[in-house]
Amino acid sequence: MRRLQPVLPVAVVALWALVALLGPWLPLAPDRVDLPQILAAPSAALPLGADDLGRPVLDRLLSGARTAFVVGVGVVLVSAIIGALLGGAAGFAGGWFDLVVVRVIDVFLAFPGILLAIALAGILGPGLGNVIVALSVVGWVGYARLARAQILSLKQREHVTAARALGVASPRILLRHLLPLALAPLVVEATFGIAAAVIAEAGLSFLGLGVQPPEASWGSMIRDGVGYMLVAPHLVLAPGLAVMTVVLAVNLLGDRLRDHLDVRSLRVAQ
Amino acid sequence: MSVRLLSRLGSAALVLFGVCTLVFLLIHLVPGDPVEAMLGESARPADREALRQALGLDLPLAQQYRNYLAGLARLDLGHSLLDQRPVAAVLAERLPATVQLAVTALLLALLLAIPLGVLAARKRGTGVDAGAMLFSLVGVSMPNFWLGPLLILLFSLWLGWLPVSGSDQPGSLVLPAVTLGTALAAILARMVRASVLEVLQEDYIRTARAKGLSESALLWRHALRNALLPVLTLVGLQLGALLGGAVITETVFGWPGLGSLLVESIQARDYPVVQGCVLLISVVYVAVNTATDLAYTLADPRIGVG
Repeated sequence: MRRLQPVLPVAVVALWALVALLGPWLPLAPDRVDLPQILAAPSAALPLGADDLGRPVLDRLLSGARTAFVVGVGVVLVSAIIGALLGGAAGFAGGWFDLVVVRVIDVFLAFPGILLAIALAGILGPGLGNVIVALSVVGWVGYARLARAQILSLKQREHVTAARALGVASPRILLRHLLPLALAPLVVEATFGIAAAVIAEAGLSFLGLGVQPPEASWGSMIRDGVGYMLVAPHLVLAPGLAVMTVVLAVNLLGDRLRDHLDVRSLRVAQ
Repeated sequence: MSVRLLSRLGSAALVLFGVCTLVFLLIHLVPGDPVEAMLGESARPADREALRQALGLDLPLAQQYRNYLAGLARLDLGHSLLDQRPVAAVLAERLPATVQLAVTALLLALLLAIPLGVLAARKRGTGVDAGAMLFSLVGVSMPNFWLGPLLILLFSLWLGWLPVSGSDQPGSLVLPAVTLGTALAAILARMVRASVLEVLQEDYIRTARAKGLSESALLWRHALRNALLPVLTLVGLQLGALLGGAVITETVFGWPGLGSLLVESIQARDYPVVQGCVLLISVVYVAVNTATDLAYTLADPRIGVG
């Protein structure tokens, strides 16, 4: 797998980002109901057919790409920033603050997988913002743990002692002299985090806890399509393939990034 | 070692306490008034007050928290809003199905991952290896809410071999277990491969090989035993993903476990049952992880020293 060319994953992710960012300006009609086309099979006019309400599946797929992108990037940004700051501060400060943060991390890790996000999303109610909140509440822990471990090993370095001797304030040392050094593993973690968030968003939407209808999400498309699987399998196949392609591409990219960044850090060490 | 044992149990207890507190706070995250969310806007004020009192939501927060903890100590998790049954009884009814599903998925994943991982390590760099790793990559990236419907389409609707959903027919367990176990198998296969490759570098393997041991005896009898220890820890950690994934898998297949109960209760706004489900699944997870950790300590005496 390592030798796999990165061109394909990069292309997939770039296309996904492009569709998501240009979404509002694309001539899409994800909510256009066309009753005669209900459950229509793919054709020249409707490349991916129509769903149970006669809406064009391709348009909904591209519109769902935006939902997945906003949630994926949003969750990773929110949880990585909170996690890195909290975990970094804990590792740097030590003492009771570190003890408390570690305990809190342990408690959050005690909720299996997506369970807490499901409960939170269910209690907060549907909506894009609530999905991002629910997944970030669960997601920050990984970054916090990673940042804490990194800072613990980095804070003994001489340049930190030097900065301290020069009278640099602690928050500044953490933000300017320590966290930048811990960035590489956090970036790798964040890349895998995007893939996880895309699956999680689709999972929540599949359970009916994601974005509110009629907004399109790959997860809710699968959920709506399941009832018509025998007559219109494309309703389930298309969004599922979209989730898998994007997740696979992001994961492959993360693999490459991890190898790449590891190599660089080795070179620095030498 | 007993010191380690005690401290491990102590921290597990602390974590469980934190979990209980967080689950208690869940209901206070309901936007606006939880009572209104449960009864709807058109409810009569008298009914609202009655429910508020029944749930103890009219008391100060500290008092509510004390009552909640006292209830937990008696295994009293409150009552379902739907049918007034004790939450603990509802959970007890649904727990066996989830355990059955999770254990079957776990066994399935191990049965698939260990031979696959060992084979990939043994045939490193060949097509077999690449194929196994491709399976691993696809398996990790394949969401279970898609794999499940695909399996239903193929094996239930087209071939008619297995039931679409439910748990009362022979073969009902097969598709949910495969759906839930695939991602775990994919992750474990990768781990087994890496672990076997690492162990094969060890000196004692070279000694055994020099002794004239056959390559397969070497692999299965000598290498695998040590290679599986780190895999064991990973299984404990991945159990979380398995239990979380069970929520979705059970919903896909209408499997009558805790996961589908959680989703049903969320839809019915039956918050006491939601809290109970989250609490029970997390407690099971923490308990199994603590047990794995301790088993690991017992299996490998080198760890106990620290």
